[in-house]
Amino acid sequence: MSDMNQQMSAKYKNNFLKEIEEQAEMGEWVKMCMQCGVCSGSCPTNFHPGWEHPPQELFMMIRAGKRDEVLDSQSMWMCVSCYNCYVRCPRKVPITHIMHGIAEYAYRIGRAPKNQPTLHLSQTFWNNATKTGRVNEVQLTQSLYFKDGIMDGIKKAMAMQDVALGLVKAGRLNVMEAIGGGHKCKDIKGIHAMLAKAKELENQRKGRAA
Amino acid sequence: MTSVVATNQTILVVGGGIAGMTAALEAAETGKQVVLVEKNPYLGGRTVQLYRYFPKMCHPSCGLEINLRRLKANPRIQVLTMAEVTGITGDKGNYSVTVKLAPRYVNESCTACGECNKAATSEVADAFNYNLGKVKAAYLPANMAYPQRYVIDGSVVGTAEGEAIKAACKYGAVDLDMKEEVVTLNAGAIVWATGWQPYDAAKITPYRYGEFKNVITNVEFERLADPHGPTGGKIVRPSDGKEAKNVAFIQCAGSRDENHLRHCSRFCCMASLKQTRYVQEAYGDEGKSTVYYIDIRAIDRFEDFYQEVKANPNVSFVKSKVARISEDTNGDPRLWGVNTEGYVRYSEPHDLVVLAVGMEPSVKNVAIPAEVMGDSSGFVMADPSNAGIFGAGCATNALDVNRAVQSATAAALRAIQVVNQVARAEA
Repeated sequence: MSDMNQQMSAKYKNNFLKEIEEQAEMGEWVKMCMQCGVCSGSCPTNFHPGWEHPPQELFMMIRAGKRDEVLDSQSMWMCVSCYNCYVRCPRKVPITHIMHGIAEYAYRIGRAPKNQPTLHLSQTFWNNATKTGRVNEVQLTQSLYFKDGIMDGIKKAMAMQDVALGLVKAGRLNVMEAIGGGHKCKDIKGIHAMLAKAKELENQRKGRAA
Repeated sequence: MTSVVATNQTILVVGGGIAGMTAALEAAETGKQVVLVEKNPYLGGRTVQLYRYFPKMCHPSCGLEINLRRLKANPRIQVLTMAEVTGITGDKGNYSVTVKLAPRYVNESCTACGECNKAATSEVADAFNYNLGKVKAAYLPANMAYPQRYVIDGSVVGTAEGEAIKAACKYGAVDLDMKEEVVTLNAGAIVWATGWQPYDAAKITPYRYGEFKNVITNVEFERLADPHGPTGGKIVRPSDGKEAKNVAFIQCAGSRDENHLRHCSRFCCMASLKQTRYVQEAYGDEGKSTVYYIDIRAIDRFEDFYQEVKANPNVSFVKSKVARISEDTNGDPRLWGVNTEGYVRYSEPHDLVVLAVGMEPSVKNVAIPAEVMGDSSGFVMADPSNAGIFGAGCATNALDVNRAVQSATAAALRAIQVVNQVARAEA
């Protein structure tokens, strides 16, 4: 396990709830859950086998100090950000944000599951978008399709060709973007400075060293 | 013109439900003059719309009869029905109150013989039965209505039907020329007992109330179970009249929810537990109830009632706030969610779904035509700045009948102290 993970584990010895409250985005809301279960029932990933722990179970596990089970779980990575849970929560707990907060924290301390597809998508998207300040959809799609090898990528591309053609016809996809870096925003340096500042502020707020 | 005898030693009670009636009676029985104002054409409020009370499962008509007898025996109470308070000026010990009286189109000569009802042909919504049925335009609003007088709906005034209704009355009790009146009266203290209304279930959109006919509210279920109700006491579902033998109760429908009512409405757990008994009594072992709950709050001394229901093999409990309701092709409402005991997903069809909707104040404190302190839900709070206005019953909090009566007695005592000060009987 990573150093960061061991550090955190030592710092919050036997108090995983406090660890989540201080380290994960919106983690301070976890204790507000009253275990009604409306979030889990409202989740569109309903009956999906990957969703091993529904949100309110995850919250209860945090309170019960089940650190390893929570951090190694695939569950928070399965959130599709539909916000149904957040809208219906009788306590207005920002469940969607907490799911991403826990996932991000698990990643930050090196506990994210290996080959997690959501993690791969997030990283790819982030790198793609922050490089030039614009999302290059052709290259983003390519890197996602071909992540499991060339043959698999071609298969996926063939299956999706009708959608792609439709997008091209509607002027929503420019194939020329595949060549070179694609279109950029005017002030890339400015974007990078802004992102760096945002990270600094977030670290400050959570009381972390940059 | 309606004449009201009132002075600054009079206690005005606003609302003639169980709390208002109690406050009026308690005050009058100590010798005070009381004016009781009620919006409906009859007294008794939401209490008389119940089939039975918990925990003793007795009928509200019993308690109401006792109170009505006390009322009839007491010359110090003047009752104004179909009346609403529209303005309050002045201060503790000397209020001036304007009251708007809607026309009943029937005067004191009415003997409740029912001939006007036979003469009426058009129908209007049956408010007493939560609009589950219709009544004729000349109707007795409730079986035990006090005053025991018919009401004629304004829609027939000036029509041939109205004239026929008038002609049918042998006692000259029908007066279609009645107009809305506004009277001003004096009062030393005011007891505000405007009660509650069920939370509008249509606002809880995932439950599709109003869209799915077999999703009803707990107050409607009371009317279904009542032999005097629209189905003659048969628990059948509204869509097709099929016997509802598999009934789901959804607790906290609107209550304890930041998106709806912030407070716990307190009575709904007990109401649903009570209603499982209606199902059991109607269908015996075939009558199955399922209660979906966050946690059961059988407040106060009612834990044994809960344990009794829990021991019944025909009643099951699922710890879950239902996420949504869909409808099967045969009209069965289907409940979706996760049972948090074991985190098991379910998708269960039922014959009928009863939403245990919560209480909200029927007149929020900000809607009262005087400065009255209220909490975040609009319930009247006890506060010295309210001066001579005292909340009672469900206007002050979500209460069951028993607690509403206690609250009303307390409010009556405070009002009595104010008028005693006016009369210099108390320091």
